[in-house]
Amino acid sequence: MTDNSDSTDSAELEQGDSSSGIVLGATAGGGGAGSAEMVNIPNPIEGIFDNVDPTPGSKKPDEILVAKNVVRRFGGLTAVDVAEVRIQRGAITALIGPNGAGKTTFFNLLTGFDAPDEGHVELNGTSIDGVASHKLAARGMVRTFQLTKALSKLTVLDNMKLGAKDQPGEKFLTALFTPAWRGRENKVEAQARALLDRFNMTHMADEFAGTLSGGQRKLVEMARALMTEPELVMLDEPMAGVNPALTQSLLGHVKQLRAEGRTVIFVEHDMDVVRDISDWVVVMAEGKIIAEGTPDAIAANQAVVDAYLGSHHDTDLTFEEEE
Amino acid sequence: MNWDIILTQFFSQSIGVNAMVFAMAAIGLNIHFGYTGLLNFGHVGFMAAGAYGVGMTVFWLDQSFWLGLVVGVLFCVALALLLGVPTLRLRSDYLGITTIAASEALRIFVRWRGNRERTGASEGINDFADDFFALNIFDKPGNQSYRFFFFEYRAQDLWMMVVGWSLVLLFVLLNWQLVRSPWGRVLKSIREDEDAARALGKNAYSYKMQALVLGGVIGGVAGMMQVIAKQSVQPDTFNPVITFLIWTVLIIGGVGKVWSPVAGSIIYWALISGLITFMRELIGTDLSDTLETWLNLSILNVDQLRFVIFGFTLMMLMWFRPQGIFGSREEMALDDR
Repeated sequence: MTDNSDSTDSAELEQGDSSSGIVLGATAGGGGAGSAEMVNIPNPIEGIFDNVDPTPGSKKPDEILVAKNVVRRFGGLTAVDVAEVRIQRGAITALIGPNGAGKTTFFNLLTGFDAPDEGHVELNGTSIDGVASHKLAARGMVRTFQLTKALSKLTVLDNMKLGAKDQPGEKFLTALFTPAWRGRENKVEAQARALLDRFNMTHMADEFAGTLSGGQRKLVEMARALMTEPELVMLDEPMAGVNPALTQSLLGHVKQLRAEGRTVIFVEHDMDVVRDISDWVVVMAEGKIIAEGTPDAIAANQAVVDAYLGSHHDTDLTFEEEE
Repeated sequence: MNWDIILTQFFSQSIGVNAMVFAMAAIGLNIHFGYTGLLNFGHVGFMAAGAYGVGMTVFWLDQSFWLGLVVGVLFCVALALLLGVPTLRLRSDYLGITTIAASEALRIFVRWRGNRERTGASEGINDFADDFFALNIFDKPGNQSYRFFFFEYRAQDLWMMVVGWSLVLLFVLLNWQLVRSPWGRVLKSIREDEDAARALGKNAYSYKMQALVLGGVIGGVAGMMQVIAKQSVQPDTFNPVITFLIWTVLIIGGVGKVWSPVAGSIIYWALISGLITFMRELIGTDLSDTLETWLNLSILNVDQLRFVIFGFTLMMLMWFRPQGIFGSREEMALDDR
């Protein structure tokens, strides 16, 4: 990523946020909301955590994802050992922790990209243990990657279209007869263009994704994930390597997901970002969940501060210890 | 020096049986590597599977030639599954290692003496395709060869070329339709990043398997065409060098483009045939003594020299036009980012 493309990102931001009010799949250009409204994206689940017990594994009013006793070992190293975690539907949950805490490994376990040695994961009340990663998209779960995976030699539009579900032309025999998939393809294209418009990427639609800057790739990856019409969006470090101006834009897009009723789980390092957008924070250290709570409570939590600063580097950290 | 002969070779070989076989085989390899990113270093194994499928059905099982064509395709499907099941879940280089080993193992197995009744061992299988040539519309009594402008084809070769190039055209069209379809889009996404495809709900393993089978069957049909043209299945025509010549053809044309296997094959065979004829002619001239003294070049070793020259040309191609004839430099540059 060059300096040049960075400045393009921030320039786009100025004119950009106007269309962020558009709901997924709606036709393009109907937004027109000023950038002031960007800040006031509604939060439909405001106050839902008021009566939630701020301890690891606590019950939530309406749970979309539940993980119990999830353990992943690499030889002698136990990378993840999560006793229990429950994720509220419709909320933005941040997963934070110092480097090496096992956040990404835990993410991979939840999304089927890695298999746990022990434990159970439930999505919407049904077990997804051993379910292949590609089948989870159909069940409403989609993920992005820490190292952005733009499909370089596909155009941005093709990147988007790839995310669409129920395309009969993705079967070999159907693919041979254009009329069998043309109709669906047109709908997919309209959906893709509307999303690109929402993410201010319309002007890049016909460019190869490999020509995009790092920040633009993040946008395309998030937009592409939305093509699967997910219930649960898992973002692995969505702000990594993105300049501060574009971060604001990305945050707006994440809040927009919540406003649409989607659930978001994201891994993040930047506490400012976490405090800005998350409704609930789960803290991992050394593979375990050491704390849960609202962003403000977590920022004041001694166990979390210790985990980040390393004052307990030679002992296991638990939330209880601090009580 | 007889330029007539050189030019005749140059043009007639450019659309000859060999060019047709290599174009077809390269179409299969293009589906593997160009669109799906599968590293197949044993493409000749698929050609052998197709060739022995038809040969063994006639020779060993004493069944019809036409059934043999079906068996040849089934052999290719079986080989693709055998290679794909253990390796396609792993990183792409495992498939590369497995395919090169499997194609050599297959060649050594069919030429093993113990298989003499089944595969003809090192003598191979001969004269099994009479049924095919019985349909030859060009083979009329008293008219055994055809002349176009200044080159001439035997009726048998002409029939082979018409059928073969028609199949090549069919496979090109199939390839074209598939890569513009959503199915092809999934293949390309797997080539670019398998994990991204999986995260978006695509069963990468299944698509890679489909591509391996499809490309393998097309390679197998190329193998069948090759042995039918010669009316002879020989184990040693399926040595690993063939795989790399097919890679050369694909790279000349440009990886991942629909017409590149055809263009690559035509260019390769025109150059290689023109070159060898030119060198032979050169040795026939007054220069022959000079060549023998200075370059130790004679009619005995001229065949080897053409590959040296060709290798050098390929190096120059990689240097000055790495994307091949049809490839785009812009796309190539994206790999480095």
